[in-house]
Amino acid sequence: MTDIAPEGAAFAVAEDSTRRRLTMALAAPLGAVIFSVVAATLMLFIAGSDPFAAYADMFEHASKPETIVSMFNRATPLYISGVAAAIGFKMNLFNIGVEGQYRMAAIFAAYVGGAIALPGFLHIAVIIVVAMLVGAAWSGLAGLLYTHRGVNEVIGTIMLNGVALGLIAWLVRTWQAEGEIPVVGVGTEPIESSGILPNLTWFPELFTDLRGNNELTGVLLIAIVVGVFYHVLLNRTIFGFELQASGANPFAARAGGVPPRRMALTAMLLSGGIAGLVGIAEIMDKGRYNPNFVGGLGFNGIGIALLGRNHPAGIAVGALLWAFLEASSDILQITAAAPKEIIDIMRGVILLTVVIGYEVVHRIRRRDEAARAAARLVEVDA
Amino acid sequence: MALAIELKGITKRFPGVVANDDVNLAVEQGEIHAICGENGAGKSTLMKILYGMQAADEGTMSVNGTEVKFTSPADAIAAGIGMVHQHFMLAGNLSVLENVILGAEPTVGGGIIDRADAKRHLTEVGAAYGLEIDPDEFVEELEVGERQRVEIIKVLYRGAKILILDEPTAVLVPQEVDELFRNMRELKADGATILFIDHKLEEVLEIADTITVLRQGRTVASVKPADVSTGDLAELMVGSELPTPETTESTVTDDVALSITGLTVRDADDRAVVDDVSLRIRRGEVVGIAGVEGNGQTELVEAIIGTGRPETGSIELMGNDISQQSVRHRRSNGIGYIPQDRHEEGLLLESPLWANAALGHQMKPPYAQGIWFNRQGAQSTTEHIRERFDVRTPDIHVAALALSGGNQQKLIVGREMTAEPDVLIASHPTRGIDVGAQAAVWDHIRGARAEGMATLLISADLDELIGLSDTILVMYKGRLVAELDPASITPRDLGSYMTGAEV
Repeated sequence: MTDIAPEGAAFAVAEDSTRRRLTMALAAPLGAVIFSVVAATLMLFIAGSDPFAAYADMFEHASKPETIVSMFNRATPLYISGVAAAIGFKMNLFNIGVEGQYRMAAIFAAYVGGAIALPGFLHIAVIIVVAMLVGAAWSGLAGLLYTHRGVNEVIGTIMLNGVALGLIAWLVRTWQAEGEIPVVGVGTEPIESSGILPNLTWFPELFTDLRGNNELTGVLLIAIVVGVFYHVLLNRTIFGFELQASGANPFAARAGGVPPRRMALTAMLLSGGIAGLVGIAEIMDKGRYNPNFVGGLGFNGIGIALLGRNHPAGIAVGALLWAFLEASSDILQITAAAPKEIIDIMRGVILLTVVIGYEVVHRIRRRDEAARAAARLVEVDA
Repeated sequence: MALAIELKGITKRFPGVVANDDVNLAVEQGEIHAICGENGAGKSTLMKILYGMQAADEGTMSVNGTEVKFTSPADAIAAGIGMVHQHFMLAGNLSVLENVILGAEPTVGGGIIDRADAKRHLTEVGAAYGLEIDPDEFVEELEVGERQRVEIIKVLYRGAKILILDEPTAVLVPQEVDELFRNMRELKADGATILFIDHKLEEVLEIADTITVLRQGRTVASVKPADVSTGDLAELMVGSELPTPETTESTVTDDVALSITGLTVRDADDRAVVDDVSLRIRRGEVVGIAGVEGNGQTELVEAIIGTGRPETGSIELMGNDISQQSVRHRRSNGIGYIPQDRHEEGLLLESPLWANAALGHQMKPPYAQGIWFNRQGAQSTTEHIRERFDVRTPDIHVAALALSGGNQQKLIVGREMTAEPDVLIASHPTRGIDVGAQAAVWDHIRGARAEGMATLLISADLDELIGLSDTILVMYKGRLVAELDPASITPRDLGSYMTGAEV
């Protein structure tokens, strides 16, 4: 893995990544996690809980094979959501609307999926395509407002989140499966089994016997494809180059032939298209969209992209860490070794600390480079 | 009475340049004193020293007869000096009153602003100097001339008796200039001393009591307007001796590479900032544009590159009309571009050198292969640029930010030259870089010219213009007002055309 070094700015440095670069790159996220543990420990002491008992419960729970599988299941949509946010960040666009985009995408995809019957692969493909198109359409609205009306994309996407929630509340009733009373748990017409992506049950079974306790979601494969696509698009295509250039300096990019408006709109569409996939895992699991469809994945994705420095591998680590914390929150509720809210505190502390950490590392690295470049000047002149 | 301001032997050096070299200045009490000079003559540096924004390396400064040493603008303000910057420093969403008192708020104690007192004081200041303005109006609703008045009031409110105005007329339309001059005369009548920077010579002659001319960082003369003509002033500004062009053989061919006809660009206020410009550049030719900055050069360049939209006119590149093409097409069809501000338009400062080298050429080999970005190609080309153009850097993976200005510029010149453009638009290609790097850039432009590249050179550096150009066109208020031969150019002509004086 030569490419793990997450570079804050555009264009990750790959080829000359030395041990020093790697250390610098990992310093901030590791430091943030350690700091959050220290902070959590202190707070638990103050609150009168035994932090070490809580940590013991968390790790014991997380080391169980079925928990590991469930962590991957949780991490899968979080990862996709992180990548969706990261595409925007690379273009210097804050797509806060992943939340609304994936939920709109999910209800449309579930509705269409429930309304049609096609042979296996096609049925799944239609659901996925609908999800991506709806996600892209919803983010594209914010994109158009931004490029053609100058509406700041943060404002645009936040407002559209609100609009999405309202629309969905109405659509859920309108598209309520026939013959069912609208209650939590029921929703759109259930999707035929041909439209459900099979779980990867066989994979964990290679290592352990779960006895059917927990199944690995097939959407993990989609997440992997998304990660590879994101990496290749960004680092190997002209489009990716232009996207990053435009994000790094829109004026220089424009003088270099990169049209800023078209880039912004394309980045928004891509971001929303990927966001559309966030809800697929839940649809495949439940087979429909219902009123208590999972929320918050979009907002968490923003944090995870930040933590992973918009790097495909970094986002994966971030998503798994988030999944671990969520699983820990569950177990703390059961064992009551500590209030589960401590997990939210840890997440917040990690995010705040990592932002500061990245900035510090960034400055050290720049100073280091400037010093080396200056040394080079003296060397040549002498 | 003691002089309001007296500067003796002021010298200020920056790495590689002497911005002020033994500058002497004597400003009488209650006079309007103009400082004239070309871009880069050292006016701004001098004003910054006067206002405490920069410290002089050598020399002494006295205000009202007392020797002073300013370490910050606060010191200058305390000594009664106020500055009105060319770019206004006002908050549009605050009222005139709020802008004026910002940072000098009178309080009733406990951090609560005494608005009544502030308003009284503001009205007093306004009445005393004949500057009428509604204190409750929002600044964003004011005209440019009114905003300038707010800036002046802001300075007076802080008790300044000596005002520095940095190119106050640059942003104004003629009627507003008249209004400003009326205000300036009234200020003078009330005992204020005004020091102002300008390079429009008729204006200077109209308003100033004394004129000091700076050239290449030195004071060359201090004259009374009655004793000089605009022609004399122009000659003082550009110098009595112009550099002689390097006697290189002409490489100008008969093939027209870039042809512009009837180009007009209007700004947001519908003023023609480029006014019916026509020019031709042949293969192997360098056409230089001389002119004081802000006379439409930037807009002309934008129109050619495609980042600006001209109203009328055609632009032909190697015989093809490109005026409807995107920036991308123009660049890949053979227009190279060295922007005037390398940080703003030239570089991705936070990105590695190889990404910077690819910028603007990312759609073509060696940077591209079909839809794919070719990292290996980009990196080996960057290595090549680094060697051939002597870009001094530890490696090609450092951020552009890490390099010195000269090396950043060599990287930009290198990337444009390596793409072998048919036409190079070079906007101040050696601004702010050291002498060695400058010579290298010139050599590269000459070399490419010999191989048939057509160049449009925009520069404020007369050495550069005369040394490189085959033809010099003078741009004034958006129009090309003269075509001069660098071999037989006279300072008086050049200076007169550049400053809009009659010849």
